[in-house]
Amino acid sequence: MTPEEETEFKRRQRSRNLVMGGFLLFFVVLFYAITIVRMGD
Amino acid sequence: MTQTVPLVLPADWRDFFALTKPRVMSLVIFTGLCGLLAAPGSIHPVLGFTAILCIALGAGGAAALNQWWEADLDAGMKRTAKRPLPSGRLRHDDARDFGIALSVASVLVMGLAIGWLAAAILAFSILYYAVIYTIWLKPRTPQNIVIGGGAGAFPPLIGWVAVTGEITMMPVLLFAIIFFWTPPHFWALALFVKSDYAKVGIPMMPVARGETSTRRQILAYSVLLVPIAAAPWFIGGTGMVYGLAALALSLAFLALSLPVAFRQTGSDDAMKPEKRLFAFSILYLFALFAVLVVDRVLVVNGVTA
Repeated sequence: MTPEEETEFKRRQRSRNLVMGGFLLFFVVLFYAITIVRMGD
Repeated sequence: MTQTVPLVLPADWRDFFALTKPRVMSLVIFTGLCGLLAAPGSIHPVLGFTAILCIALGAGGAAALNQWWEADLDAGMKRTAKRPLPSGRLRHDDARDFGIALSVASVLVMGLAIGWLAAAILAFSILYYAVIYTIWLKPRTPQNIVIGGGAGAFPPLIGWVAVTGEITMMPVLLFAIIFFWTPPHFWALALFVKSDYAKVGIPMMPVARGETSTRRQILAYSVLLVPIAAAPWFIGGTGMVYGLAALALSLAFLALSLPVAFRQTGSDDAMKPEKRLFAFSILYLFALFAVLVVDRVLVVNGVTA
Protein backbone atom coordinates (compact mmCIF):
# COMPACT_ATOMS: atom_id res chain seq x y z
CA MET A 1 0.00 0.00 0.00
CA THR A 2 1.46 3.33 -1.04
CA PRO A 3 1.30 6.25 1.40
CA GLU A 4 -1.41 7.88 -0.76
CA GLU A 5 -3.51 4.74 -0.66
CA GLU A 6 -3.05 4.45 3.07
CA THR A 7 -4.22 8.04 3.56
CA GLU A 8 -7.32 7.38 1.44
CA PHE A 9 -7.96 4.10 3.27
CA LYS A 10 -7.84 5.84 6.63
CA ARG A 11 -9.98 8.75 5.41
CA ARG A 12 -12.75 6.42 4.21
CA GLN A 13 -12.62 4.31 7.34
CA ARG A 14 -12.88 7.40 9.50
CA SER A 15 -15.78 8.96 7.58
CA ARG A 16 -17.65 5.64 7.59
CA ASN A 17 -17.17 5.29 11.33
CA LEU A 18 -18.40 8.84 11.88
CA VAL A 19 -21.55 8.26 9.80
CA MET A 20 -22.19 4.93 11.56
CA GLY A 21 -21.68 6.52 14.97
CA GLY A 22 -24.02 9.39 14.13
CA PHE A 23 -26.62 6.91 12.87
CA LEU A 24 -26.47 4.86 16.08
CA LEU A 25 -26.56 7.94 18.31
CA PHE A 26 -29.59 9.21 16.39
CA PHE A 27 -31.40 5.91 16.96
CA VAL A 28 -30.55 5.91 20.66
CA VAL A 29 -32.17 9.35 21.00
CA LEU A 30 -35.12 8.32 18.80
CA PHE A 31 -35.80 5.16 20.83
CA TYR A 32 -35.61 7.15 24.04
CA ALA A 33 -38.15 9.65 22.65
CA ILE A 34 -40.45 6.88 21.38
CA THR A 35 -40.34 5.18 24.76
CA ILE A 36 -41.25 8.37 26.62
CA VAL A 37 -44.10 9.13 24.22
CA ARG A 38 -45.49 5.59 24.26
CA MET A 39 -45.37 5.46 28.07
CA GLY A 40 -47.77 8.41 28.08
CA ASP A 41 -50.38 6.52 25.99
CA MET B 1 9.05 -11.21 -6.03
CA THR B 2 6.55 -8.51 -6.73
CA GLN B 3 2.88 -9.08 -7.30
CA THR B 4 0.00 -6.66 -7.42
CA VAL B 5 -2.67 -7.47 -4.94
CA PRO B 6 -5.93 -5.72 -5.83
CA LEU B 7 -6.46 -3.20 -3.11
CA VAL B 8 -9.85 -3.41 -1.44
CA LEU B 9 -10.70 0.03 -0.21
CA PRO B 10 -13.63 0.35 2.18
CA ALA B 11 -16.49 1.88 0.20
CA ASP B 12 -17.23 5.53 0.72
CA TRP B 13 -20.38 6.08 2.79
CA ARG B 14 -21.77 8.27 -0.03
CA ASP B 15 -21.97 5.20 -2.24
CA PHE B 16 -24.23 3.51 0.31
CA PHE B 17 -26.31 6.67 0.40
CA ALA B 18 -26.58 6.71 -3.42
CA LEU B 19 -27.80 3.10 -3.24
CA THR B 20 -31.00 4.29 -1.51
CA LYS B 21 -32.01 6.43 -4.55
CA PRO B 22 -32.35 9.70 -2.58
CA ARG B 23 -34.30 11.46 -5.34
CA VAL B 24 -37.00 8.81 -5.48
CA MET B 25 -37.07 8.91 -1.69
CA SER B 26 -38.02 12.60 -1.67
CA LEU B 27 -41.30 11.75 -3.44
CA VAL B 28 -41.81 8.79 -1.10
CA ILE B 29 -41.36 11.05 1.93
CA PHE B 30 -43.67 13.72 0.54
CA THR B 31 -46.57 11.39 -0.33
CA GLY B 32 -46.12 9.39 2.88
CA LEU B 33 -46.20 12.58 4.93
CA CYS B 34 -49.33 13.80 3.11
CA GLY B 35 -51.09 10.50 3.82
CA LEU B 36 -50.12 10.82 7.46
CA LEU B 37 -51.28 14.45 7.73
CA ALA B 38 -54.55 13.93 5.82
CA ALA B 39 -55.66 10.97 7.95
CA PRO B 40 -58.35 11.55 10.55
CA GLY B 41 -57.13 11.53 14.13
CA SER B 42 -53.80 12.66 15.43
CA ILE B 43 -50.39 11.19 15.96
CA HIS B 44 -47.67 12.41 18.30
CA PRO B 45 -45.03 14.33 16.29
CA VAL B 46 -42.28 11.96 17.47
CA LEU B 47 -44.28 8.94 16.30
CA GLY B 48 -45.27 10.69 13.06
CA PHE B 49 -41.61 11.40 12.39
CA THR B 50 -40.73 7.79 13.18
CA ALA B 51 -43.41 6.49 10.79
CA ILE B 52 -42.11 8.67 7.92
CA LEU B 53 -38.52 7.68 8.76
CA CYS B 54 -39.47 3.99 8.57
CA ILE B 55 -41.23 4.49 5.23
CA ALA B 56 -38.10 6.25 3.91
CA LEU B 57 -35.70 3.61 5.28
CA GLY B 58 -37.85 0.84 3.82
CA ALA B 59 -37.85 2.55 0.42
CA GLY B 60 -34.07 2.96 0.68
CA GLY B 61 -33.63 -0.72 1.54
CA ALA B 62 -35.82 -1.78 -1.37
CA ALA B 63 -33.88 0.53 -3.72
CA ALA B 64 -30.59 -0.99 -2.54
CA LEU B 65 -31.89 -4.53 -3.16
CA ASN B 66 -33.15 -3.42 -6.57
CA GLN B 67 -29.68 -2.17 -7.53
CA TRP B 68 -28.02 -5.26 -6.11
CA TRP B 69 -30.18 -7.47 -8.33
CA GLU B 70 -29.88 -5.25 -11.43
CA ALA B 71 -26.15 -4.45 -11.21
CA ASP B 72 -25.44 -6.32 -14.44
CA LEU B 73 -28.27 -4.56 -16.28
CA ASP B 74 -27.21 -1.17 -14.92
CA ALA B 75 -23.68 -1.77 -16.19
CA GLY B 76 -25.06 -2.10 -19.71
CA MET B 77 -26.97 1.18 -19.75
CA LYS B 78 -25.42 4.63 -20.12
CA ARG B 79 -27.77 6.27 -17.59
CA THR B 80 -26.99 3.78 -14.81
CA ALA B 81 -23.43 2.62 -15.58
CA LYS B 82 -21.95 5.06 -13.06
CA ARG B 83 -23.99 3.76 -10.10
CA PRO B 84 -21.90 2.44 -7.19
CA LEU B 85 -22.25 -1.27 -8.07
CA PRO B 86 -21.66 -1.33 -11.86
CA SER B 87 -18.75 1.10 -11.47
CA GLY B 88 -17.16 -1.20 -8.89
CA ARG B 89 -17.09 1.26 -5.99
CA LEU B 90 -19.14 -1.06 -3.80
CA ARG B 91 -19.09 -4.81 -3.23
CA HIS B 92 -22.25 -6.68 -4.30
CA ASP B 93 -22.62 -8.53 -1.01
CA ASP B 94 -22.30 -5.26 0.91
CA ALA B 95 -25.14 -3.75 -1.13
CA ARG B 96 -27.34 -6.80 -0.49
CA ASP B 97 -26.64 -6.83 3.25
CA PHE B 98 -27.18 -3.07 3.45
CA GLY B 99 -30.54 -3.41 1.67
CA ILE B 100 -31.68 -6.27 3.92
CA ALA B 101 -30.54 -4.44 7.07
CA LEU B 102 -32.42 -1.26 6.15
CA SER B 103 -35.54 -3.21 5.21
CA VAL B 104 -35.63 -5.34 8.36
CA ALA B 105 -34.84 -2.39 10.64
CA SER B 106 -37.54 -0.19 9.07
CA VAL B 107 -40.21 -2.89 9.51
CA LEU B 108 -39.21 -3.71 13.10
CA VAL B 109 -39.12 -0.08 14.23
CA MET B 110 -42.46 0.59 12.51
CA GLY B 111 -44.00 -2.40 14.27
CA LEU B 112 -42.64 -1.56 17.70
CA ALA B 113 -43.19 2.20 17.63
CA ILE B 114 -46.31 2.60 15.48
CA GLY B 115 -48.22 -0.64 14.94
CA TRP B 116 -47.98 -4.00 13.25
CA LEU B 117 -50.53 -3.30 10.50
CA ALA B 118 -48.45 -0.38 9.17
CA ALA B 119 -45.35 -2.56 9.59
CA ALA B 120 -46.94 -5.44 7.68
CA ILE B 121 -47.91 -3.18 4.77
CA LEU B 122 -44.39 -1.71 4.77
CA ALA B 123 -42.89 -5.21 4.70
CA PHE B 124 -45.18 -6.19 1.84
CA SER B 125 -44.32 -3.04 -0.13
CA ILE B 126 -40.58 -3.77 0.17
CA LEU B 127 -41.05 -7.39 -0.94
CA TYR B 128 -43.35 -6.22 -3.72
CA TYR B 129 -40.73 -3.82 -5.10
CA ALA B 130 -37.63 -5.96 -4.57
CA VAL B 131 -39.03 -9.38 -5.49
CA ILE B 132 -42.35 -9.22 -7.36
CA TYR B 133 -41.36 -6.18 -9.43
CA THR B 134 -37.55 -6.20 -9.75
CA ILE B 135 -36.82 -9.91 -9.84
CA TRP B 136 -39.98 -11.38 -11.26
CA LEU B 137 -42.07 -9.13 -13.52
CA LYS B 138 -39.92 -6.19 -14.67
CA PRO B 139 -37.85 -8.27 -17.09
CA ARG B 140 -40.85 -10.31 -18.25
CA THR B 141 -43.69 -7.97 -19.24
CA PRO B 142 -44.09 -4.57 -20.91
CA GLN B 143 -46.67 -3.89 -18.19
CA ASN B 144 -43.70 -3.58 -15.80
CA ILE B 145 -44.31 0.15 -15.26
CA VAL B 146 -47.91 -0.51 -14.25
CA ILE B 147 -46.69 -3.08 -11.73
CA GLY B 148 -43.84 -0.85 -10.53
CA GLY B 149 -46.36 1.95 -9.98
CA GLY B 150 -47.93 -0.26 -7.33
CA ALA B 151 -44.70 -0.09 -5.32
CA GLY B 152 -44.61 3.71 -5.47
CA ALA B 153 -48.25 3.89 -4.38
CA PHE B 154 -47.71 2.42 -0.91
CA PRO B 155 -46.24 5.40 1.04
CA PRO B 156 -49.45 7.47 1.50
CA LEU B 157 -51.33 4.28 2.40
CA ILE B 158 -48.76 3.42 5.07
CA GLY B 159 -48.68 7.01 6.36
CA TRP B 160 -52.47 6.98 6.71
CA VAL B 161 -52.59 3.57 8.42
CA ALA B 162 -49.84 4.71 10.82
CA VAL B 163 -52.38 7.20 12.18
CA THR B 164 -55.65 5.26 11.99
CA GLY B 165 -54.47 1.69 12.48
CA GLU B 166 -56.97 0.37 9.92
CA ILE B 167 -57.34 0.11 6.14
CA THR B 168 -60.36 2.05 4.91
CA MET B 169 -61.52 3.27 1.51
CA MET B 170 -59.61 6.58 1.71
CA PRO B 171 -56.03 5.25 1.96
CA VAL B 172 -56.85 2.70 -0.75
CA LEU B 173 -57.93 5.55 -3.02
CA LEU B 174 -54.65 7.39 -2.33
CA PHE B 175 -52.91 4.19 -3.39
CA ALA B 176 -55.05 4.04 -6.54
CA ILE B 177 -54.24 7.65 -7.49
CA ILE B 178 -50.48 7.02 -7.62
CA PHE B 179 -51.05 3.61 -9.22
CA PHE B 180 -52.98 5.10 -12.16
CA TRP B 181 -50.75 8.19 -12.34
CA THR B 182 -47.48 6.27 -12.78
CA PRO B 183 -47.97 4.76 -16.28
CA PRO B 184 -48.79 8.03 -18.11
CA HIS B 185 -46.06 9.79 -16.10
CA PHE B 186 -43.38 7.27 -16.96
CA TRP B 187 -44.41 6.47 -20.53
CA ALA B 188 -44.45 10.19 -21.42
CA LEU B 189 -40.80 10.21 -20.33
CA ALA B 190 -40.07 6.96 -22.15
CA LEU B 191 -41.39 8.48 -25.39
CA PHE B 192 -38.88 11.32 -25.45
CA VAL B 193 -35.91 9.74 -23.68
CA LYS B 194 -34.60 7.00 -25.89
CA SER B 195 -33.20 4.70 -23.26
CA ASP B 196 -31.19 1.56 -23.78
CA TYR B 197 -33.50 -0.75 -21.83
CA ALA B 198 -33.96 -2.87 -24.94
CA LYS B 199 -30.22 -3.54 -25.03
CA VAL B 200 -30.32 -5.22 -21.62
CA GLY B 201 -33.57 -7.08 -22.31
CA ILE B 202 -36.08 -5.05 -20.28
CA PRO B 203 -39.31 -4.79 -22.30
CA MET B 204 -40.42 -1.16 -22.02
CA MET B 205 -43.80 -0.38 -23.54
CA PRO B 206 -42.76 1.99 -26.40
CA VAL B 207 -40.26 -0.58 -27.67
CA ALA B 208 -42.19 -3.75 -26.87
CA ARG B 209 -45.65 -2.69 -28.09
CA GLY B 210 -44.82 0.37 -30.18
CA GLU B 211 -45.30 4.09 -29.72
CA THR B 212 -48.87 4.22 -31.04
CA SER B 213 -50.06 1.69 -28.48
CA THR B 214 -48.15 3.47 -25.71
CA ARG B 215 -49.78 6.79 -26.61
CA ARG B 216 -53.27 5.26 -26.50
CA GLN B 217 -52.54 3.69 -23.12
CA ILE B 218 -51.34 7.04 -21.76
CA LEU B 219 -54.72 8.47 -22.72
CA ALA B 220 -56.61 5.57 -21.13
CA TYR B 221 -54.87 6.06 -17.78
CA SER B 222 -55.36 9.85 -17.95
CA VAL B 223 -59.10 9.33 -18.46
CA LEU B 224 -59.29 6.91 -15.53
CA LEU B 225 -57.37 9.34 -13.34
CA VAL B 226 -60.18 11.93 -13.46
CA PRO B 227 -62.79 9.95 -11.47
CA ILE B 228 -60.19 8.20 -9.31
CA ALA B 229 -58.50 11.43 -8.20
CA ALA B 230 -61.89 12.98 -7.37
CA ALA B 231 -63.22 9.83 -5.68
CA PRO B 232 -62.05 10.83 -2.17
CA TRP B 233 -64.44 13.78 -2.47
CA PHE B 234 -67.29 11.68 -3.94
CA ILE B 235 -67.22 9.26 -1.02
CA GLY B 236 -67.18 12.15 1.45
CA GLY B 237 -63.63 11.60 2.63
CA THR B 238 -62.51 15.14 1.81
CA GLY B 239 -64.02 18.60 1.47
CA MET B 240 -64.90 20.59 -1.59
CA VAL B 241 -61.49 22.27 -1.89
CA TYR B 242 -59.83 18.95 -2.61
CA GLY B 243 -62.64 17.79 -4.87
CA LEU B 244 -62.58 20.84 -7.13
CA ALA B 245 -58.76 20.97 -7.20
CA ALA B 246 -58.59 17.26 -8.05
CA LEU B 247 -61.04 17.70 -10.91
CA ALA B 248 -59.22 20.77 -12.28
CA LEU B 249 -55.79 19.14 -12.04
CA SER B 250 -56.95 15.85 -13.58
CA LEU B 251 -58.78 17.56 -16.43
CA ALA B 252 -55.62 19.57 -17.17
CA PHE B 253 -53.68 16.29 -17.12
CA LEU B 254 -56.19 14.79 -19.54
CA ALA B 255 -56.04 17.87 -21.80
CA LEU B 256 -52.24 17.61 -21.97
CA SER B 257 -52.39 13.89 -22.71
CA LEU B 258 -54.74 14.34 -25.70
CA PRO B 259 -52.11 15.76 -28.10
CA VAL B 260 -49.68 13.08 -26.89
CA ALA B 261 -52.23 10.35 -27.60
CA PHE B 262 -52.99 11.21 -31.22
CA ARG B 263 -49.56 12.18 -32.50
CA GLN B 264 -47.19 10.35 -34.74
CA THR B 265 -43.64 11.53 -34.67
CA GLY B 266 -40.57 11.17 -36.81
CA SER B 267 -37.14 10.61 -35.38
CA ASP B 268 -36.23 14.34 -35.34
CA ASP B 269 -39.33 15.50 -33.47
CA ALA B 270 -38.82 17.92 -30.58
CA MET B 271 -41.37 15.96 -28.48
CA LYS B 272 -42.81 19.10 -26.94
CA PRO B 273 -46.24 17.67 -25.94
CA GLU B 274 -44.62 14.64 -24.30
CA LYS B 275 -42.19 16.80 -22.33
CA ARG B 276 -45.01 19.10 -21.29
CA LEU B 277 -47.12 16.17 -20.06
CA PHE B 278 -44.19 14.71 -18.14
CA ALA B 279 -43.36 18.03 -16.46
CA PHE B 280 -46.99 18.59 -15.54
CA SER B 281 -47.37 15.05 -14.20
CA ILE B 282 -44.80 15.81 -11.48
CA LEU B 283 -46.49 19.08 -10.57
CA TYR B 284 -49.83 17.24 -10.62
CA LEU B 285 -48.89 14.71 -7.97
CA PHE B 286 -47.27 17.25 -5.65
CA ALA B 287 -50.21 19.65 -5.99
CA LEU B 288 -52.85 16.95 -5.52
CA PHE B 289 -51.33 15.60 -2.29
CA ALA B 290 -50.62 19.10 -0.98
CA VAL B 291 -54.26 20.08 -1.58
CA LEU B 292 -55.35 16.92 0.24
CA VAL B 293 -53.56 18.14 3.36
CA VAL B 294 -54.73 21.76 2.96
CA ASP B 295 -58.31 20.53 2.58
CA ARG B 296 -58.04 18.46 5.74
CA VAL B 297 -56.72 21.48 7.69
CA LEU B 298 -59.55 23.68 6.36
CA VAL B 299 -62.25 21.13 7.18
CA VAL B 300 -60.90 20.45 10.67
CA ASN B 301 -60.88 24.17 11.42
CA GLY B 302 -64.39 24.60 10.04
CA VAL B 303 -63.36 26.95 7.23
CA THR B 304 -64.88 24.83 4.45
CA ALA B 305 -67.20 21.86 4.18
